[in-house]
Amino acid sequence: MTELTPALRLEGIVKTFPGVRALDGVSFTVLPGEVHALMGENGAGKSTLMKVLGGIYQPDEGKIFIAERETVMISPLEAKAKGVMFIHQELSLAQELSVAENIYLGELPRKSFGRVDWKTLFDRTDAILDKLKVGFNARTRVGDLSIANQQMVEIARALTVDAKAVIFDEPTASLTDAEKVVLFDVIADLKAQGVGIIYISHRMEEIFRMTDRISVLRDGSYRGTLETAKTNEDEITQMMIGRSLDLTRNFEHVQTGDVALRVEDLSCGHLFQNATFEVRQGEVLGFYGLVGAGRTEIAETLFGLRKPTSGRIFLKGKEVRISSPIEAISNGISLVPEDRKAQGLVLGMNCRDNITLPQVSDLRAGPFVAEGAEVAIYDQYRDRLAIKAPSWRAIAGNLSGGNQQKIVIGKWLSMQPEVLIVDEPTRGIDVGSKSEIHNLLRELAKQGYAVIVISSEMPEVLHVSDRIVAMYHGEITREFTAEEVTEDSLIQAISGISGDAA
Amino acid sequence: MNNDTLKNLLKNGAIWGFIVLELVFFEVAGSWWSLSDNAFMDLDNMLLLLKQSAPIGIIAIGMTVIMINGNIDLSVGAIFALSAIVMLDSMSWPFMEAMGDGAIPLAWLFALLTGCLLGFVNGMVVWKTGVDAFIVTLGAMLGYRGLVFMYNGENPTFHLNWTMVDIAEANVLGFETPALVFLAVVLVVWLLMTRSIHGRNAYAIGDNREAAVNAGIRVGPHFLINFVLIGFLSALSAVAFYSGSGSVNPNDGMLFELWAITAVVLGGTKLTGGRGSIIGTFGGVIAIQLLRKGLGHIGANSETVNLVIGSILIIVLLLDRQLNRKGAEELKV
Amino acid sequence: MAEAMVKSVGGVLARQGILVAFLVFMIGFTFWNPRFIDIDNVFGVIRSSAILGVMALGVTFVVIGGNLDLSVGSMLSFSAIVVLDLHENPAFGPALAIPAMFAMTLCLGALNGFLIGYLRLNSLIVTLGMLSAIHGLTLTYSGGQNMDIANQSATWFDVFGRGSALGIPVPVLIFALLAAFLGIVLAKTPFGRKVYAVGGNGTAATFSGIPRARVVFLTYIISAFCVATAGLIQASRTMGAQNTVGQGLELEVLAAVILGGASLLGGSGTIFKTVIGVLILGFIQNGLLLAGLEFYVQFVVTWVIIILAVWLDIATKRGKLWSPIA
Repeated sequence: MTELTPALRLEGIVKTFPGVRALDGVSFTVLPGEVHALMGENGAGKSTLMKVLGGIYQPDEGKIFIAERETVMISPLEAKAKGVMFIHQELSLAQELSVAENIYLGELPRKSFGRVDWKTLFDRTDAILDKLKVGFNARTRVGDLSIANQQMVEIARALTVDAKAVIFDEPTASLTDAEKVVLFDVIADLKAQGVGIIYISHRMEEIFRMTDRISVLRDGSYRGTLETAKTNEDEITQMMIGRSLDLTRNFEHVQTGDVALRVEDLSCGHLFQNATFEVRQGEVLGFYGLVGAGRTEIAETLFGLRKPTSGRIFLKGKEVRISSPIEAISNGISLVPEDRKAQGLVLGMNCRDNITLPQVSDLRAGPFVAEGAEVAIYDQYRDRLAIKAPSWRAIAGNLSGGNQQKIVIGKWLSMQPEVLIVDEPTRGIDVGSKSEIHNLLRELAKQGYAVIVISSEMPEVLHVSDRIVAMYHGEITREFTAEEVTEDSLIQAISGISGDAA
Repeated sequence: MNNDTLKNLLKNGAIWGFIVLELVFFEVAGSWWSLSDNAFMDLDNMLLLLKQSAPIGIIAIGMTVIMINGNIDLSVGAIFALSAIVMLDSMSWPFMEAMGDGAIPLAWLFALLTGCLLGFVNGMVVWKTGVDAFIVTLGAMLGYRGLVFMYNGENPTFHLNWTMVDIAEANVLGFETPALVFLAVVLVVWLLMTRSIHGRNAYAIGDNREAAVNAGIRVGPHFLINFVLIGFLSALSAVAFYSGSGSVNPNDGMLFELWAITAVVLGGTKLTGGRGSIIGTFGGVIAIQLLRKGLGHIGANSETVNLVIGSILIIVLLLDRQLNRKGAEELKV
Repeated sequence: MAEAMVKSVGGVLARQGILVAFLVFMIGFTFWNPRFIDIDNVFGVIRSSAILGVMALGVTFVVIGGNLDLSVGSMLSFSAIVVLDLHENPAFGPALAIPAMFAMTLCLGALNGFLIGYLRLNSLIVTLGMLSAIHGLTLTYSGGQNMDIANQSATWFDVFGRGSALGIPVPVLIFALLAAFLGIVLAKTPFGRKVYAVGGNGTAATFSGIPRARVVFLTYIISAFCVATAGLIQASRTMGAQNTVGQGLELEVLAAVILGGASLLGGSGTIFKTVIGVLILGFIQNGLLLAGLEFYVQFVVTWVIIILAVWLDIATKRGKLWSPIA
């Protein structure tokens, strides 16, 4: 195996952004005919690394070798020409165009007078689609396809060139089981043709089923490569998060108070059904499940952003109707939303104005905004949450992710909520700020807040929660206490395997 | 799926359904209430309609291409006027006068070059500065209009050449020259957008610009070409119109941009880019002109035309939104 | 040290570039022709900018809220025609004509606000449709005729356009007072803050419990109010009006607002900057006239200035002069 010329070799790749060293000397090798997993927590640097490989970012230092030839890739187009194909997690297709036009975007076969050679285009495309055994043809409009089929179009793109290396970024995130089988066949085919494959996924089951070796990134640096056959989940997890999971488990028992929020049989169309749970003052309730399991949608419904189709919500034992965020806020519910930049902050506004935004109508001196009171609120939460900003005048968009998140949390704490819902509290935040925010959430529960934490990261849920609700396909499958939860049972509960041992 | 097909049919066919509705309505209303002695769906009437819709129509076709790109051009009215002035004025340049009727094609060429040049300036500014096309062409709308005035002050520019008038009013199978030019533009640009690589790239850029860039499509030069195209078409519209009339006022072409955009939007092109069709715009242009003529036909004040067109534009937008709703599960933001 | 100086000067230029340009322009022209800042000349300029300026104040709210208003031009024609017509109507007279006209214009603004705020329709197309519809409405109302006040000596109606108080022309006074008032509303009140939030990030504003629809609705009400005020000045100044008096003004108003530095994406801009934008347009026109050039030369100058201003603005934000478009 070592005799082979590597399909792709990285040597000391460094990439920095203002304030962040996103990649810190990453080196690894992908052999031809190998499926090489790349693993790491969110924010570990996987996507930055892949963008460097895909020609979207230029590395500050380091070298890339394709088939042992040093290569500089200044654009995605060039990466493609050099034989590196990148299958994006976020779809990058033009919805109005046909499947064939999307697959050959930028290099449509040409006839005289700049005309498109449709026959060649469709023939070539259909030949590729045949290989993928999909249920649509070259002429289908991409906008008419399901998300899974659009993903297959992305994959088909990779098959149009003589690829040396193909990067799959979370390819199964939106595929059904049957579609996954097709995808795995495609990968096996590519592998048999001697293509080097980088496979990024969080799903251990797929990693163990598909890959030959596993490289791990943590905080932007390379942690090592393991042979899949000679390792296990624990070893990988330890490499990824740098410590043993069990130590981080939360067993400290706080004195819980009254039930702050009770939800009975809450449903919203096909998004989630019959959700029943309660949160007490002084505890953290964790929601864990895959993306799309309905966790965020429950939070949005509680916050008045979605209209429930049935069910009841009780706050401190009294039934309430919540049809808008304004009503949610006046009932004492706060939501720190999933997408900080799109939903949490007005990025062009300063820190103070962001923090006081929900209560700006109440902070008045006569008809005017009481700016002194606003500054006082900002100062209070800057100190309490250790927000690092030059002053309240700093534009929120210029802060680091961790400080931005603290601004959003400060915004909602300043509303003195009964129930604080935090959706993905540490997405895209560096490790230092991460543990700060975890400690903060624990601290808030101790102070008597009822806290709901929604997360896709298992260590996070295990670390901060007193109880954990597991969701699968819009339904709550199980509820655990911190004492009884194990990783296995949690994984089973969120993947629809009925582990009804309990 | 079936539901989607129905929706698509509704979306794409809506403008033609609307045109049929207009025809039937004005025909029936005209005869039943004896508001008019003539039939509305009369061949001559329809040919005249095609001719009258040509000036805005030719520009609207160019606007469709620009809007499929996700851009907009507010300077078309000023380009229209300036090209017209260049065409008529150049006829009285000494060396042109010396050429007699031979100067006519040259005058047309000057007008078309003017349009291309003005479009080129817009395109270069959009490409090189990265300023939004809305702002660039808003500025150009003022600037080019200023040039129009600087050319000949507030006076009209004229030059009547009977040969040119004859050409402009020539008649092939009942179609007058402006109508023919319009139809030819529709055909050529339709082929461009549906058959050519440039046209398909235009959709890709408007639909998903990042994907297009990643696929190696050069967005800047692409924009430039389309701005030159709309400049050319604005000038062509002026050529078709002023060859016959022979006189241009410095205020001519004002609000053309708004009429053209109205026609394009009625024809189903999305403001955000990536979606739209030349045939749809053709329908939009015809629908507006039908409305103008039809309201006159049944004796409504010509003033009501604007009111009706404005209302229809808003109603179309409302319907489009209803069709695209996702239902009760939607996030309320 | 020197580098820090350059940086801070650059920073001021970037933030207040338009103000700096304005001052440089004013000083330059004053050296060239001292009559330029003669008090009469200055009042003259502001007075002739007042109609555009008052409209721009309202449009500033709309633009900061993340929308456009292209209907202000035809709305101006509407309000001028209506107030003149009602003035001539014995049942109304000037005292009733003015509030009636304001009410009718506000209804049009409310319709804009309802369609764009509550129904969430695209503001460009809605106000484009309204531009056409209101123009039609005006023509229908007037029957296509121009409106004139028959007996001009028998009415106090000319005070808004031609009068002066404390030696200051009334249009200038109205513009200044309205600018001060709306400037304070935008900068200092909770409502103003909400306008910035809605325009800066509408989704985040909704997630913060701000009634986005209502805020957008109110920006259009303010815009209509400003248009009605401008229409009053226009009608009073000329004591008569054509149906097309406001035609084309919508884009000039927008040019002034953009020149002041408001982003079309929403969330940025101030009333003060808009006023500067309006004055720049006014003084350029005046300066060029004093230089013996025709009024239309200003169009060309405005074109260049707008593009340079916006280009400078985004170039400093992205840190590169030329665009990254391939």
